[in-house]
Amino acid sequence: MALSVEEVRRIAALARLRLSPEEEETFRGQLSAILEHVAVLSELDVSGVEPMTHALAAEGGLAPVLRPDEVRPGLSHEEALANAPARDGTAFQVPRIIE
Amino acid sequence: MTAAGALLDLPLAEAGARLAGREATSRSLVESALGRVAELDGRLGAFLAVTGERALAAADAADARAARGERRSRLDGVPVAVKDILLTRGVPTTAGSRILEGFVPPYSATVVERLEAAGAVIVGKLNLDEFAMGSSNENSAYKPCRNPWDPSRTPGGSSGGSAASVAARMVFGSLGTDTGGSIRLPASFCGVVGVKPTYGRVPRWGVVAFASSLDQVGPLARTVEDAALLLGTIAGHDPRDMTSSRRPVDDYLSGLEGGARGLRIGLPREWLESEGLEPGTAGAVRQALATYEELGAKLVPVSLPHSRYGIAAYYLIAPAEASSNLARYDGIRFGPRSGGAKGLREVYELSRERGFGAEPKRRIMLGTYALSAGYYDAYYLRAQKVRTLVRRDFDEAFRSCDVVAGPVAPGVAFRLGERTQDPLAMYLADVFTITANLAALPGLSVPCGRDAATGLPVGLQLVGRPFDEATLLRAARALERERGPFPAPPPLPAGGPA
Repeated sequence: MALSVEEVRRIAALARLRLSPEEEETFRGQLSAILEHVAVLSELDVSGVEPMTHALAAEGGLAPVLRPDEVRPGLSHEEALANAPARDGTAFQVPRIIE
Repeated sequence: MTAAGALLDLPLAEAGARLAGREATSRSLVESALGRVAELDGRLGAFLAVTGERALAAADAADARAARGERRSRLDGVPVAVKDILLTRGVPTTAGSRILEGFVPPYSATVVERLEAAGAVIVGKLNLDEFAMGSSNENSAYKPCRNPWDPSRTPGGSSGGSAASVAARMVFGSLGTDTGGSIRLPASFCGVVGVKPTYGRVPRWGVVAFASSLDQVGPLARTVEDAALLLGTIAGHDPRDMTSSRRPVDDYLSGLEGGARGLRIGLPREWLESEGLEPGTAGAVRQALATYEELGAKLVPVSLPHSRYGIAAYYLIAPAEASSNLARYDGIRFGPRSGGAKGLREVYELSRERGFGAEPKRRIMLGTYALSAGYYDAYYLRAQKVRTLVRRDFDEAFRSCDVVAGPVAPGVAFRLGERTQDPLAMYLADVFTITANLAALPGLSVPCGRDAATGLPVGLQLVGRPFDEATLLRAARALERERGPFPAPPPLPAGGPA
Protein backbone atom coordinates (compact mmCIF):
# COMPACT_ATOMS: atom_id res chain seq x y z
CA MET A 1 0.00 0.00 0.00
CA ALA A 2 2.08 2.92 -1.26
CA LEU A 3 0.83 6.41 -0.47
CA SER A 4 1.34 9.30 -2.86
CA VAL A 5 2.60 12.70 -1.77
CA GLU A 6 -0.85 14.09 -2.60
CA GLU A 7 -2.45 11.65 -0.17
CA VAL A 8 0.08 12.59 2.50
CA ARG A 9 -0.84 16.25 1.99
CA ARG A 10 -4.55 15.49 2.14
CA ILE A 11 -4.14 13.59 5.44
CA ALA A 12 -1.94 16.34 6.89
CA ALA A 13 -4.60 18.92 6.01
CA LEU A 14 -7.29 16.82 7.71
CA ALA A 15 -5.06 16.50 10.79
CA ARG A 16 -4.22 20.25 10.80
CA LEU A 17 -0.52 19.56 10.40
CA ARG A 18 1.60 21.64 8.06
CA LEU A 19 4.41 19.34 7.02
CA SER A 20 7.65 20.42 5.41
CA PRO A 21 8.48 18.85 2.01
CA GLU A 22 11.10 16.68 3.76
CA GLU A 23 8.54 15.47 6.29
CA GLU A 24 6.06 14.73 3.51
CA GLU A 25 8.59 12.49 1.82
CA THR A 26 9.68 10.77 5.06
CA PHE A 27 6.12 10.11 6.14
CA ARG A 28 5.15 8.93 2.66
CA GLY A 29 7.74 6.17 2.91
CA GLN A 30 7.21 5.30 6.55
CA LEU A 31 3.43 5.33 6.45
CA SER A 32 3.47 3.20 3.31
CA ALA A 33 5.65 0.62 5.08
CA ILE A 34 3.37 0.59 8.13
CA LEU A 35 0.25 0.25 5.97
CA GLU A 36 1.90 -2.62 4.15
CA HIS A 37 2.47 -4.33 7.49
CA VAL A 38 -1.09 -3.78 8.75
CA ALA A 39 -2.49 -5.20 5.52
CA VAL A 40 -1.86 -8.60 7.12
CA LEU A 41 -5.23 -8.12 8.82
CA SER A 42 -6.99 -8.66 5.51
CA GLU A 43 -5.93 -12.33 5.70
CA LEU A 44 -8.44 -12.87 8.48
CA ASP A 45 -12.07 -13.73 7.97
CA VAL A 46 -13.84 -11.39 10.37
CA SER A 47 -17.35 -11.87 9.05
CA GLY A 48 -19.73 -12.35 11.96
CA VAL A 49 -17.17 -11.08 14.48
CA GLU A 50 -18.38 -8.22 16.66
CA PRO A 51 -15.93 -5.34 16.99
CA MET A 52 -14.56 -4.84 20.48
CA THR A 53 -16.07 -1.42 21.01
CA HIS A 54 -15.65 -1.48 24.76
CA ALA A 55 -12.71 -3.05 26.50
CA LEU A 56 -14.80 -4.13 29.47
CA ALA A 57 -17.89 -5.39 27.64
CA ALA A 58 -17.35 -8.91 28.96
CA GLU A 59 -17.15 -7.56 32.53
CA GLY A 60 -20.42 -5.67 32.32
CA GLY A 61 -18.63 -2.53 31.20
CA LEU A 62 -21.47 -1.60 28.89
CA ALA A 63 -23.78 -0.66 31.74
CA PRO A 64 -24.65 3.00 31.35
CA VAL A 65 -22.61 5.26 33.57
CA LEU A 66 -24.88 8.11 34.58
CA ARG A 67 -24.84 10.55 37.43
CA PRO A 68 -27.40 13.05 38.62
CA ASP A 69 -27.36 16.26 36.61
CA GLU A 70 -26.50 18.62 39.41
CA VAL A 71 -24.42 21.77 39.76
CA ARG A 72 -20.99 21.09 41.24
CA PRO A 73 -17.90 23.21 41.70
CA GLY A 74 -15.41 23.02 38.81
CA LEU A 75 -12.36 24.99 37.77
CA SER A 76 -12.54 28.73 38.37
CA HIS A 77 -12.15 31.09 35.40
CA GLU A 78 -8.71 31.95 36.67
CA GLU A 79 -7.61 28.29 36.85
CA ALA A 80 -9.11 27.44 33.49
CA LEU A 81 -7.41 30.39 31.80
CA ALA A 82 -4.09 30.18 33.60
CA ASN A 83 -2.46 28.22 30.75
CA ALA A 84 -3.99 30.19 27.88
CA PRO A 85 -1.44 31.54 25.41
CA ALA A 86 -3.65 34.62 24.96
CA ARG A 87 -6.70 35.76 26.92
CA ASP A 88 -9.08 38.65 27.12
CA GLY A 89 -10.68 39.04 30.52
CA THR A 90 -12.48 35.76 31.20
CA ALA A 91 -12.16 34.41 27.65
CA PHE A 92 -9.57 32.63 25.51
CA GLN A 93 -8.43 34.99 22.80
CA VAL A 94 -8.13 33.72 19.23
CA PRO A 95 -7.31 35.46 15.96
CA ARG A 96 -10.18 37.10 14.11
CA ILE A 97 -12.27 34.39 12.44
CA ILE A 98 -14.64 36.53 10.35
CA GLU A 99 -13.00 39.24 8.28
CA MET B 1 27.70 5.71 52.38
CA THR B 2 25.40 7.39 54.90
CA ALA B 3 22.79 5.39 56.73
CA ALA B 4 20.08 7.14 54.74
CA GLY B 5 21.98 6.40 51.52
CA ALA B 6 22.02 2.72 52.40
CA LEU B 7 18.29 2.94 53.07
CA LEU B 8 17.82 3.93 49.42
CA ASP B 9 18.85 0.43 48.43
CA LEU B 10 16.09 -1.15 50.48
CA PRO B 11 12.77 -2.18 49.00
CA LEU B 12 9.97 0.34 49.45
CA ALA B 13 8.14 -1.75 52.04
CA GLU B 14 11.26 -2.02 54.20
CA ALA B 15 12.04 1.69 53.94
CA GLY B 16 8.46 2.33 55.05
CA ALA B 17 8.99 -0.03 57.99
CA ARG B 18 12.10 1.93 59.04
CA LEU B 19 10.03 5.10 58.99
CA ALA B 20 7.33 3.40 61.04
CA GLY B 21 9.94 2.26 63.57
CA ARG B 22 11.34 5.83 63.71
CA GLU B 23 14.75 4.48 62.69
CA ALA B 24 14.81 6.97 59.83
CA THR B 25 13.03 10.16 58.91
CA SER B 26 11.25 10.93 55.71
CA ARG B 27 13.36 14.08 55.41
CA SER B 28 16.60 12.09 55.47
CA LEU B 29 15.19 9.62 52.98
CA VAL B 30 13.96 12.34 50.62
CA GLU B 31 17.24 14.25 50.95
CA SER B 32 19.16 11.09 50.03
CA ALA B 33 16.86 10.44 47.09
CA LEU B 34 17.36 14.01 45.86
CA GLY B 35 21.09 13.60 46.40
CA ARG B 36 21.19 10.47 44.31
CA VAL B 37 19.18 12.14 41.58
CA ALA B 38 21.65 15.05 41.62
CA GLU B 39 24.56 12.61 41.48
CA LEU B 40 23.30 10.27 38.76
CA ASP B 41 20.64 11.88 36.67
CA GLY B 42 22.97 14.01 34.55
CA ARG B 43 24.10 10.67 33.13
CA LEU B 44 20.73 8.90 33.09
CA GLY B 45 18.14 11.52 32.16
CA ALA B 46 15.32 9.81 34.06
CA PHE B 47 13.79 13.04 35.39
CA LEU B 48 12.19 15.88 33.46
CA ALA B 49 11.59 17.84 36.66
CA VAL B 50 12.75 17.48 40.25
CA THR B 51 10.41 18.96 42.84
CA GLY B 52 12.84 19.22 45.73
CA GLU B 53 11.26 21.95 47.85
CA ARG B 54 7.79 20.55 47.52
CA ALA B 55 9.10 17.08 48.38
CA LEU B 56 10.96 18.27 51.48
CA ALA B 57 7.86 20.05 52.75
CA ALA B 58 5.86 16.85 52.22
CA ALA B 59 8.60 14.88 54.00
CA ASP B 60 8.44 17.17 57.02
CA ALA B 61 4.68 16.75 57.13
CA ALA B 62 5.15 12.97 56.98
CA ASP B 63 7.67 13.10 59.81
CA ALA B 64 5.25 15.17 61.88
CA ARG B 65 2.54 12.54 61.30
CA ALA B 66 4.94 9.77 62.26
CA ALA B 67 5.84 11.61 65.47
CA ARG B 68 2.14 11.84 66.34
CA GLY B 69 1.69 8.14 65.56
CA GLU B 70 -0.59 9.02 62.64
CA ARG B 71 1.14 7.49 59.64
CA ARG B 72 -1.36 7.25 56.81
CA SER B 73 -0.07 4.07 55.18
CA ARG B 74 3.02 1.95 54.64
CA LEU B 75 3.98 4.44 51.92
CA ASP B 76 3.82 7.46 54.20
CA GLY B 77 7.03 9.47 53.85
CA VAL B 78 8.59 7.28 51.16
CA PRO B 79 10.05 9.06 48.09
CA VAL B 80 8.56 8.03 44.76
CA ALA B 81 8.20 9.66 41.34
CA VAL B 82 5.64 9.66 38.54
CA LYS B 83 5.75 9.63 34.77
CA ASP B 84 5.35 13.12 33.40
CA ILE B 85 2.09 12.19 31.70
CA LEU B 86 0.24 12.24 35.04
CA LEU B 87 -1.12 15.66 35.93
CA THR B 88 0.32 17.20 39.08
CA ARG B 89 -1.45 20.28 40.36
CA GLY B 90 0.93 23.25 40.35
CA VAL B 91 3.83 21.22 38.92
CA PRO B 92 4.55 21.45 35.16
CA THR B 93 3.43 18.41 33.17
CA THR B 94 4.76 18.04 29.63
CA ALA B 95 3.89 14.50 28.48
CA GLY B 96 7.40 14.68 27.00
CA SER B 97 6.16 17.10 24.36
CA ARG B 98 7.04 20.66 23.40
CA ILE B 99 3.36 21.27 22.80
CA LEU B 100 2.79 21.17 26.57
CA GLU B 101 5.91 23.15 27.46
CA GLY B 102 5.09 25.42 30.37
CA PHE B 103 1.73 23.78 31.07
CA VAL B 104 0.90 23.81 34.78
CA PRO B 105 -2.11 21.60 35.53
CA PRO B 106 -4.89 23.07 37.65
CA TYR B 107 -5.64 19.64 39.14
CA SER B 108 -3.91 16.33 39.85
CA ALA B 109 -4.55 12.90 38.40
CA THR B 110 -6.53 10.55 40.65
CA VAL B 111 -3.48 8.30 40.98
CA VAL B 112 -1.36 11.24 42.11
CA GLU B 113 -4.02 12.28 44.62
CA ARG B 114 -4.12 8.72 45.94
CA LEU B 115 -0.33 8.46 46.29
CA GLU B 116 -0.24 11.77 48.13
CA ALA B 117 -3.22 10.86 50.30
CA ALA B 118 -1.26 7.76 51.34
CA GLY B 119 1.61 10.06 52.32
CA ALA B 120 4.03 9.09 49.52
CA VAL B 121 6.43 11.92 48.67
CA ILE B 122 6.67 12.70 44.96
CA VAL B 123 10.18 13.93 44.22
CA GLY B 124 9.80 14.58 40.50
CA LYS B 125 8.35 13.93 37.08
CA LEU B 126 9.83 11.18 34.97
CA ASN B 127 11.02 11.15 31.39
CA LEU B 128 9.02 9.37 28.69
CA ASP B 129 8.50 9.11 24.98
CA GLU B 130 6.42 12.02 23.73
CA PHE B 131 2.78 11.31 24.66
CA ALA B 132 3.93 7.81 25.65
CA MET B 133 4.49 6.98 21.99
CA GLY B 134 7.59 4.87 21.77
CA SER B 135 9.50 1.87 23.04
CA SER B 136 12.88 3.41 23.88
CA ASN B 137 12.25 6.83 25.50
CA GLU B 138 14.13 8.31 22.51
CA ASN B 139 11.00 10.14 21.39
CA SER B 140 11.13 12.44 24.42
CA ALA B 141 11.18 16.01 23.12
CA TYR B 142 13.48 17.00 25.97
CA LYS B 143 16.23 14.42 26.32
CA PRO B 144 16.86 10.72 25.99
CA CYS B 145 16.85 8.49 29.06
CA ARG B 146 19.56 5.87 29.50
CA ASN B 147 19.55 2.39 30.93
CA PRO B 148 21.28 2.18 34.35
CA TRP B 149 22.64 -1.25 33.38
CA ASP B 150 24.41 0.19 30.34
CA PRO B 151 24.07 3.89 29.55
CA SER B 152 24.69 3.27 25.85
CA ARG B 153 21.37 1.42 25.78
CA THR B 154 17.77 2.56 26.09
CA PRO B 155 15.75 1.89 29.23
CA GLY B 156 12.85 0.87 27.00
CA GLY B 157 9.74 2.97 26.67
CA SER B 158 7.60 4.68 26.93
CA SER B 159 7.91 4.74 30.75
CA GLY B 160 11.72 4.83 30.49
CA GLY B 161 12.27 7.29 33.33
CA SER B 162 9.87 5.33 35.55
CA ALA B 163 11.97 2.17 35.17
CA ALA B 164 15.43 3.80 35.17
CA SER B 165 14.77 5.86 38.32
CA VAL B 166 13.64 2.78 40.26
CA ALA B 167 16.42 0.51 38.96
CA ALA B 168 19.09 3.13 39.76
CA ARG B 169 17.77 3.40 43.34
CA MET B 170 16.87 7.06 42.98
CA VAL B 171 13.32 6.38 44.20
CA PHE B 172 11.60 3.38 45.80
CA GLY B 173 8.85 3.09 43.27
CA SER B 174 7.18 4.94 40.44
CA LEU B 175 4.10 5.11 38.29
CA GLY B 176 4.07 4.65 34.55
CA THR B 177 1.45 4.11 31.88
CA ASP B 178 1.08 1.16 29.52
CA THR B 179 -0.79 1.40 26.22
CA GLY B 180 1.03 -1.35 24.32
CA GLY B 181 3.77 -2.42 26.73
CA SER B 182 5.06 0.89 28.08
CA ILE B 183 5.38 -0.31 31.68
CA ARG B 184 6.35 -3.93 31.06
CA LEU B 185 9.01 -3.31 28.40
CA PRO B 186 11.09 -0.79 30.41
CA ALA B 187 10.60 -2.91 33.55
CA SER B 188 12.09 -5.85 31.63
CA PHE B 189 14.96 -3.77 30.17
CA CYS B 190 15.88 -2.25 33.56
CA GLY B 191 15.39 -5.29 35.81
CA VAL B 192 12.42 -4.08 37.88
CA VAL B 193 8.86 -5.25 38.41
CA GLY B 194 6.16 -3.52 36.36
CA VAL B 195 2.40 -4.08 36.37
CA LYS B 196 -0.10 -3.15 33.66
CA PRO B 197 -3.44 -3.57 35.43
CA THR B 198 -6.69 -4.71 33.84
CA TYR B 199 -8.27 -1.94 31.77
CA GLY B 200 -10.52 -0.05 34.19
CA ARG B 201 -8.75 -1.19 37.36
CA VAL B 202 -6.91 2.12 37.87
CA PRO B 203 -8.66 5.42 37.09
CA ARG B 204 -7.31 7.49 34.23
CA TRP B 205 -8.69 10.85 35.39
CA GLY B 206 -5.89 13.38 34.94
CA VAL B 207 -3.76 11.12 32.73
CA VAL B 208 -2.85 12.77 29.43
CA ALA B 209 -4.73 10.58 26.95
CA PHE B 210 -2.94 8.67 24.19
CA ALA B 211 -5.21 5.77 23.16
CA SER B 212 -8.18 5.78 25.50
CA SER B 213 -9.34 2.19 24.98
CA LEU B 214 -5.86 0.87 25.82
CA ASP B 215 -4.17 3.26 28.30
CA GLN B 216 -3.68 2.07 31.89
CA VAL B 217 -1.62 3.42 34.80
CA GLY B 218 0.47 1.02 36.85
CA PRO B 219 3.39 0.74 39.26
CA LEU B 220 7.08 -0.02 38.79
CA ALA B 221 9.09 -1.17 41.80
CA ARG B 222 12.06 -3.29 42.83
CA THR B 223 10.08 -6.07 44.44
CA VAL B 224 6.74 -7.73 43.80
CA GLU B 225 5.53 -6.74 47.26
CA ASP B 226 6.32 -3.08 46.55
CA ALA B 227 4.46 -3.26 43.25
CA ALA B 228 1.48 -4.84 45.06
CA LEU B 229 1.56 -2.11 47.68
CA LEU B 230 1.57 0.64 45.06
CA LEU B 231 -1.13 -1.02 42.96
CA GLY B 232 -3.38 -1.38 46.00
CA THR B 233 -2.92 2.33 46.65
CA ILE B 234 -3.93 3.55 43.19
CA ALA B 235 -6.56 0.97 42.16
CA GLY B 236 -10.30 1.36 42.59
CA HIS B 237 -13.29 3.16 41.17
CA ASP B 238 -13.31 6.88 40.52
CA PRO B 239 -16.61 8.39 39.34
CA ARG B 240 -14.65 10.96 37.31
CA ASP B 241 -13.45 8.20 34.94
CA MET B 242 -16.42 6.51 33.29
CA THR B 243 -14.20 3.60 32.22
CA SER B 244 -13.08 2.86 35.76
CA SER B 245 -14.50 -0.33 37.22
CA ARG B 246 -16.75 -0.41 40.27
CA ARG B 247 -15.47 -3.84 41.18
CA PRO B 248 -13.94 -3.94 44.68
CA VAL B 249 -10.14 -4.02 44.76
CA ASP B 250 -8.55 -7.27 45.91
CA ASP B 251 -6.10 -7.29 48.79
CA TYR B 252 -2.93 -7.82 46.76
CA LEU B 253 -0.74 -8.41 49.79
CA SER B 254 -2.62 -11.04 51.77
CA GLY B 255 -2.15 -13.86 49.24
CA LEU B 256 1.26 -12.77 48.00
CA GLU B 257 3.20 -15.59 49.66
CA GLY B 258 0.80 -18.27 48.46
CA GLY B 259 3.41 -19.85 46.19
CA ALA B 260 3.09 -21.50 42.81
CA ARG B 261 2.06 -25.01 43.80
CA GLY B 262 -0.85 -26.13 41.63
CA LEU B 263 -0.70 -22.97 39.51
CA ARG B 264 -1.41 -23.74 35.87
CA ILE B 265 0.89 -21.70 33.66
CA GLY B 266 -0.10 -21.51 30.00
CA LEU B 267 2.75 -21.37 27.51
CA PRO B 268 1.67 -19.90 24.19
CA ARG B 269 3.43 -21.67 21.38
CA GLU B 270 3.28 -18.46 19.32
CA TRP B 271 5.40 -16.59 21.87
CA LEU B 272 8.01 -19.16 22.81
CA GLU B 273 8.61 -20.31 19.26
CA SER B 274 8.62 -16.81 17.79
CA GLU B 275 11.43 -16.53 15.27
CA GLY B 276 12.50 -13.07 16.46
CA LEU B 277 13.15 -14.26 20.01
CA GLU B 278 16.82 -13.79 21.00
CA PRO B 279 18.47 -16.94 22.42
CA GLY B 280 19.59 -15.22 25.65
CA THR B 281 16.05 -14.05 26.34
CA ALA B 282 14.53 -17.41 25.46
CA GLY B 283 17.07 -19.09 27.79
CA ALA B 284 16.23 -16.89 30.77
CA VAL B 285 12.50 -17.37 30.23
CA ARG B 286 12.87 -21.16 29.96
CA GLN B 287 14.87 -21.24 33.19
CA ALA B 288 12.14 -19.30 34.96
CA LEU B 289 9.56 -21.78 33.67
CA ALA B 290 11.70 -24.65 34.93
CA THR B 291 11.81 -22.97 38.34
CA TYR B 292 8.03 -22.80 38.35
CA GLU B 293 7.85 -26.51 37.63
CA GLU B 294 10.18 -27.20 40.55
CA LEU B 295 7.87 -25.10 42.71
CA GLY B 296 4.95 -27.33 41.83
CA ALA B 297 3.33 -25.34 39.05
CA LYS B 298 1.99 -27.14 36.02
CA LEU B 299 3.07 -25.97 32.58
CA VAL B 300 0.28 -26.20 30.04
CA PRO B 301 0.70 -25.65 26.30
CA VAL B 302 -1.79 -23.10 24.98
CA SER B 303 -2.26 -21.29 21.71
CA LEU B 304 -2.90 -17.62 20.95
CA PRO B 305 -3.26 -17.91 17.18
CA HIS B 306 -4.23 -14.26 16.66
CA SER B 307 -1.35 -12.78 18.62
CA ARG B 308 0.59 -12.44 15.36
CA TYR B 309 -1.98 -9.87 14.27
CA GLY B 310 -1.58 -7.85 17.45
CA ILE B 311 0.94 -5.30 16.19
CA ALA B 312 -1.09 -4.63 13.05
CA ALA B 313 -4.36 -4.17 14.96
CA TYR B 314 -2.65 -2.01 17.56
CA TYR B 315 -1.02 0.26 15.00
CA LEU B 316 -4.43 1.06 13.59
CA ILE B 317 -6.39 1.40 16.83
CA ALA B 318 -3.85 3.32 18.91
CA PRO B 319 -3.01 5.92 16.22
CA ALA B 320 -6.71 6.35 15.38
CA GLU B 321 -7.50 7.12 19.01
CA ALA B 322 -4.39 9.27 19.32
CA SER B 323 -5.33 11.35 16.29
CA SER B 324 -8.60 12.13 18.01
CA ASN B 325 -7.14 12.71 21.50
CA LEU B 326 -4.34 14.92 20.22
CA ALA B 327 -6.75 17.16 18.31
CA ARG B 328 -7.08 19.21 21.51
CA TYR B 329 -3.52 20.54 21.16
CA ASP B 330 -4.18 23.49 18.95
CA GLY B 331 -2.48 26.49 20.57
CA ILE B 332 -5.73 27.94 21.90
CA ARG B 333 -6.28 26.89 25.51
CA PHE B 334 -2.86 25.71 26.65
CA GLY B 335 0.61 25.15 25.33
CA PRO B 336 2.64 27.49 23.16
CA ARG B 337 0.85 29.29 20.33
CA SER B 338 2.83 29.80 17.21
CA GLY B 339 3.45 33.49 16.58
CA GLY B 340 2.90 35.10 13.20
CA ALA B 341 -0.07 32.94 12.23
CA LYS B 342 -2.76 34.53 10.09
CA GLY B 343 -6.21 33.27 10.98
CA LEU B 344 -7.39 30.44 13.16
CA ARG B 345 -6.49 27.59 10.86
CA GLU B 346 -2.92 28.78 10.62
CA VAL B 347 -2.74 29.01 14.43
CA TYR B 348 -3.73 25.35 14.61
CA GLU B 349 -1.41 24.19 11.85
CA LEU B 350 1.68 26.11 12.90
CA SER B 351 1.26 25.41 16.63
CA ARG B 352 0.87 21.69 15.92
CA GLU B 353 3.65 21.61 13.35
CA ARG B 354 6.09 23.20 15.80
CA GLY B 355 4.79 21.54 18.97
CA PHE B 356 4.65 17.88 17.96
CA GLY B 357 7.70 15.71 17.37
CA ALA B 358 8.01 13.17 14.57
CA GLU B 359 6.36 10.22 16.35
CA PRO B 360 3.12 11.95 17.37
CA LYS B 361 2.91 13.41 13.87
CA ARG B 362 3.44 9.98 12.34
CA ARG B 363 0.72 8.47 14.50
CA ILE B 364 -1.69 11.35 14.00
CA MET B 365 -1.20 10.93 10.24
CA LEU B 366 -1.69 7.17 10.40
CA GLY B 367 -4.76 7.48 12.62
CA THR B 368 -6.30 10.24 10.54
CA TYR B 369 -5.85 8.09 7.45
CA ALA B 370 -7.33 5.00 9.12
CA LEU B 371 -10.39 6.96 10.22
CA SER B 372 -10.85 8.97 7.02
CA ALA B 373 -13.80 8.55 4.70
CA GLY B 374 -13.70 5.30 2.78
CA TYR B 375 -11.04 3.65 4.97
CA TYR B 376 -12.81 3.30 8.32
CA ASP B 377 -14.28 -0.16 7.64
CA ALA B 378 -11.12 -1.57 6.11
CA TYR B 379 -8.84 -0.34 8.87
CA TYR B 380 -10.30 0.74 12.21
CA LEU B 381 -13.41 -1.45 12.20
CA ARG B 382 -11.49 -4.49 11.02
CA ALA B 383 -8.86 -3.93 13.69
CA GLN B 384 -11.58 -3.74 16.37
CA LYS B 385 -12.91 -7.09 15.15
CA VAL B 386 -9.43 -8.60 15.30
CA ARG B 387 -9.27 -7.31 18.85
CA THR B 388 -12.27 -9.47 19.67
CA LEU B 389 -10.42 -12.47 18.21
CA VAL B 390 -7.33 -11.71 20.29
CA ARG B 391 -9.47 -11.59 23.42
CA ARG B 392 -11.20 -14.86 22.51
CA ASP B 393 -7.79 -16.54 22.23
CA PHE B 394 -7.05 -15.59 25.83
CA ASP B 395 -10.50 -16.61 27.05
CA GLU B 396 -9.94 -20.00 25.46
CA ALA B 397 -6.44 -20.31 26.99
CA PHE B 398 -7.75 -19.45 30.46
CA ARG B 399 -10.01 -22.50 30.31
CA SER B 400 -6.91 -24.61 30.85
CA CYS B 401 -4.54 -22.27 32.72
CA ASP B 402 -4.52 -19.56 35.39
CA VAL B 403 -1.86 -17.31 33.90
CA VAL B 404 -0.16 -17.10 30.53
CA ALA B 405 3.63 -16.76 30.59
CA GLY B 406 6.25 -15.76 28.07
CA PRO B 407 8.88 -13.20 27.25
CA VAL B 408 8.16 -9.49 27.68
CA ALA B 409 10.19 -8.54 24.61
CA PRO B 410 12.05 -10.41 21.88
CA GLY B 411 15.38 -9.31 23.36
CA VAL B 412 17.25 -7.23 25.91
CA ALA B 413 17.69 -3.44 25.95
CA PHE B 414 18.89 -2.20 22.57
CA ARG B 415 21.31 0.64 21.92
CA LEU B 416 20.28 4.25 21.58
CA GLY B 417 19.90 5.17 17.94
CA GLU B 418 19.65 1.57 16.79
CA ARG B 419 16.00 1.72 15.72
CA THR B 420 15.19 5.40 15.43
CA GLN B 421 15.24 5.41 11.64
CA ASP B 422 12.90 2.46 11.31
CA PRO B 423 9.59 2.98 13.13
CA LEU B 424 8.35 -0.51 12.27
CA ALA B 425 11.41 -2.18 13.85
CA MET B 426 10.79 -0.06 16.97
CA TYR B 427 7.13 -1.10 17.05
CA LEU B 428 8.09 -4.77 17.00
CA ALA B 429 9.61 -4.46 20.50
CA ASP B 430 5.98 -4.57 21.71
CA VAL B 431 5.05 -7.77 19.88
CA PHE B 432 4.47 -9.80 23.07
CA THR B 433 3.02 -7.08 25.30
CA ILE B 434 0.48 -5.53 22.96
CA THR B 435 -2.04 -8.36 23.06
CA ALA B 436 -2.76 -7.85 26.79
CA ASN B 437 -3.70 -4.23 26.04
CA LEU B 438 -5.87 -5.24 23.10
CA ALA B 439 -7.61 -7.84 25.28
CA ALA B 440 -7.86 -5.42 28.28
CA LEU B 441 -6.10 -7.99 30.49
CA PRO B 442 -3.63 -7.48 33.34
CA GLY B 443 0.03 -8.10 32.54
CA LEU B 444 3.16 -8.02 34.60
CA SER B 445 6.91 -8.10 34.04
CA VAL B 446 9.12 -9.65 36.68
CA PRO B 447 12.92 -9.97 36.37
CA CYS B 448 13.68 -13.62 35.60
CA GLY B 449 17.36 -13.66 34.82
CA ARG B 450 20.12 -12.07 32.81
CA ASP B 451 21.03 -12.45 29.20
CA ALA B 452 24.08 -14.72 29.03
CA ALA B 453 25.92 -12.62 26.43
CA THR B 454 25.39 -9.10 27.80
CA GLY B 455 24.44 -9.59 31.44
CA LEU B 456 21.40 -7.37 30.86
CA PRO B 457 18.12 -8.06 32.68
CA VAL B 458 15.40 -10.19 31.11
CA GLY B 459 11.80 -9.98 32.22
CA LEU B 460 9.20 -12.72 32.34
CA GLN B 461 5.73 -11.65 31.30
CA LEU B 462 2.66 -13.01 33.05
CA VAL B 463 -0.83 -12.23 31.73
CA GLY B 464 -3.91 -13.00 33.77
CA ARG B 465 -7.68 -13.13 33.72
CA PRO B 466 -9.55 -9.83 33.95
CA PHE B 467 -9.08 -8.25 37.39
CA ASP B 468 -6.91 -11.15 38.56
CA GLU B 469 -3.84 -9.08 39.36
CA ALA B 470 -3.64 -10.94 42.68
CA THR B 471 -2.75 -14.23 40.94
CA LEU B 472 -0.15 -12.51 38.74
CA LEU B 473 1.49 -10.95 41.77
CA ARG B 474 1.45 -14.20 43.73
CA ALA B 475 3.02 -16.06 40.80
CA ALA B 476 5.67 -13.37 40.33
CA ARG B 477 6.44 -13.40 44.04
CA ALA B 478 6.92 -17.18 43.99
CA LEU B 479 9.62 -16.78 41.35
CA GLU B 480 11.24 -13.84 43.12
CA ARG B 481 11.30 -15.65 46.45
CA GLU B 482 12.93 -18.72 44.91
CA ARG B 483 15.49 -16.73 42.92
CA GLY B 484 16.27 -14.09 45.55
CA PRO B 485 16.11 -10.34 44.98
CA PHE B 486 17.20 -9.15 41.56
CA PRO B 487 20.54 -7.32 41.83
CA ALA B 488 21.08 -3.59 41.46
CA PRO B 489 22.81 -2.43 38.29
CA PRO B 490 26.60 -1.95 38.50
CA PRO B 491 27.85 1.55 39.38
CA LEU B 492 27.53 3.94 36.46
CA PRO B 493 30.71 4.83 34.62
CA ALA B 494 31.96 8.25 35.72
CA GLY B 495 31.72 11.36 33.58
CA GLY B 496 29.14 12.89 31.30
CA PRO B 497 26.54 11.12 29.20
CA ALA B 498 28.00 8.20 27.28
